[in-house]
Amino acid sequence: MRCSDASAGPPLWLLAELTYRCPLQCPYCSNPLDYADREQELSTEQWLDVLRQGRAMGAAQLGFSGGEPLVRQDLPELIAGARELGYYTNLITSGLGLTEAKVQAFAEAGLDHIQVSFQASDPELNNAVAGSKKAFEQKLAMARAVKEAGYPMVLNFVIHRHNIHQMSDILTLCESLGADYVELATCQYYGWAFANREGLMPSRGQLETAEATVNHFRDDLRERDHPMKVIFVTPDYYEERPKACMNGWGSLFLTVAPDGTALPCHSARLLPIEFPNVKSMSLEEIWYQSPGFNHYRGDSWMPEPCRSCDEKDKDFGGCRCQAYLLTGDADNADPVCGKSPHHDRILAARTAAEHATAGLDDLVYRNTKNSRVFFRK
Amino acid sequence: MADIPNLRRGFRFQWEPAQQSHVLLYPEGMVKLNASAGAILAEVDGVQSIQEIIASLESKFPEAGSLSGDVEQFLADAANQHWIEWL
Ligand code: SF4
Ligand code: SF4
Repeated sequence: MRCSDASAGPPLWLLAELTYRCPLQCPYCSNPLDYADREQELSTEQWLDVLRQGRAMGAAQLGFSGGEPLVRQDLPELIAGARELGYYTNLITSGLGLTEAKVQAFAEAGLDHIQVSFQASDPELNNAVAGSKKAFEQKLAMARAVKEAGYPMVLNFVIHRHNIHQMSDILTLCESLGADYVELATCQYYGWAFANREGLMPSRGQLETAEATVNHFRDDLRERDHPMKVIFVTPDYYEERPKACMNGWGSLFLTVAPDGTALPCHSARLLPIEFPNVKSMSLEEIWYQSPGFNHYRGDSWMPEPCRSCDEKDKDFGGCRCQAYLLTGDADNADPVCGKSPHHDRILAARTAAEHATAGLDDLVYRNTKNSRVFFRK
Repeated sequence: MADIPNLRRGFRFQWEPAQQSHVLLYPEGMVKLNASAGAILAEVDGVQSIQEIIASLESKFPEAGSLSGDVEQFLADAANQHWIEWL
């Protein structure tokens, strides 16, 4: 039995996943595979209450995400409420369902920043990955509207083997759209991306070329004293040490899923752990006292090789979701670690990526029909 | 050099009771500021020039002596990081 941990600091980041509904079908979506079975969403009043509680505990950064948060009709109300509480509010959107009028209305409600995600730098590939014929044009138009309204803008691209050759085009596109930040986020293999890993994971050669291209572009930006910042999240499958996932379990991040389930990270739902719900517990109790949140705090839960490892304060043993997906036991060291007895699973994935032939047609797309298949299992 | 510093759009400076410090918030990020960085940024309002900011801080913290070097250094760094711009 793990009991409460009074030494935990406050949750500084709150991620409000307002809904799992989304018009797109990205095959790497981080939503649960069985999202179609979880249609219940918190009401406006319940969300506002979550925001109040989070802010009182010290949360300063707030993300509205999903799914596609724009499908929530009460979004302007939630934005206004959040701003009034003093949050820095981020809207994380695919751009579908956005209009110039909404961009304006959100600004008036106090929205601080909009992140628009793209699937690729050209319409053909973008729309194939998104599963929507009109997605790319709409995203371009909305990125322009976001800038026009004076917001700072982050453009996000999830990178995988089918678009990783586009780095230079992607960065050029971002610069021409006036992005302040570009996030090139290599797929993390949870949710739908884990189901599609073989069809998504780039080879080491692809990755090295991409990194060189990005570094070159960065140098060029620096020389021109251009303020655009480029963040490249490289895939941990090619590392020998795991990432310090979420900066440590239950240390900074608190996610609330559409139905009110509170999670230490947005993919933690796949773990065989019971997580509390904001409908039946206060956020304070959830964060400091619930067994779910205390489960992997500190390091007393660690088995070998982490237990006696001198790097455990650095990476906290890596990612629990990855340990669970790859070894069947979430307590294990993240297999990305070279010291993990399961590291061979990562090596096998790398070998598979060298020889992969799967095309875009072979991926399982994130939609309700496919989700129902997963939840029947 | 233009001499009125202003926070760039998208950056917000505020006091956070839970962290007992000033922070600078920006898209998906937050910097916790130490006391002197907080005191300097609190003066940055898009109206006061750097000379006025230095004078204001020196009158608030008379025991600190001359602050021009520290303030200039900090604001140059902040501009380098693209937190502020010069009007
Ligand atoms: S990853 Fe794609 S499918 Fe999933 S929520 Fe985002 S836009 Fe929708
Ligand atoms: S053994 Fe565990 S703690 Fe040590 S480096 Fe590997 S994952 Fe991190």
